[in-house]
Amino acid sequence: MSTPRQYELVYIVSPDASEQDVTDLHAQVEAVIARIGGELVKSENWGRRKMAYEIGPHKEGVYVLELINGTGELMKELERRLRVSEKVLRYLVVRVDEELRAAERTRSRRKVRTGPPAGEGDRSGMMDSDGGDDRYDAEV
Amino acid sequence: MADEQRRGGGGRGGRGGARGANAEKGPAQRRSLFRRRKVCKFCSEKIDYIDYKDVRMLMPFVPDRGKILPRRISGVCAPHQRALQTAIKRARQLALVPYVVD
Repeated sequence: MSTPRQYELVYIVSPDASEQDVTDLHAQVEAVIARIGGELVKSENWGRRKMAYEIGPHKEGVYVLELINGTGELMKELERRLRVSEKVLRYLVVRVDEELRAAERTRSRRKVRTGPPAGEGDRSGMMDSDGGDDRYDAEV
Repeated sequence: MADEQRRGGGGRGGRGGARGANAEKGPAQRRSLFRRRKVCKFCSEKIDYIDYKDVRMLMPFVPDRGKILPRRISGVCAPHQRALQTAIKRARQLALVPYVVD
């Protein structure tokens, strides 16, 4: 409950919107984070890019990514605002802290692991197939 | 004696059956059956987190039609296929990857 949560927010701004609109939107996000409490870890503007399919009349959009530490309440408010905004074609909120932690865990586990379990599997397979041929085993 | 014969025969029969099937199909069929052993791309390249934002990584698994490439073709291991699946679905929501291509 009290563990810090990290969210990734990506939203697509309409290609008709001006640079100013995009920065305004970003400022709005920042303001909400400041008001409710949270931390903006990273913000990235991917710029205008072609979308894989059309959303309404638009074929491209301005993508903005925000990495946020905060509560579910904060994200709820952000989502509400993005939904209301007409400039935002679409948004996606993903909670990433657990996934990143899981990735980190497998990474560290890989470093620790030293035994060759694959080799063992191969050997047992060989034993099964050649039954009781002792000469061959002795050579190996 | 009889018991051993039966056991041996059974064993040979079972294994022989598999071998026999291969032989029956002949060299032409065998050539078509020969494939390089598929290895999970994410395991071999040690990618722990399949990021939905990384379109260049996802696109090889979304063929022209827009469907997710099945595991049996790509050779991706089950855990990674599951992660890949969610990544592609997220990317689709953001119009990074298509749902369908006609």
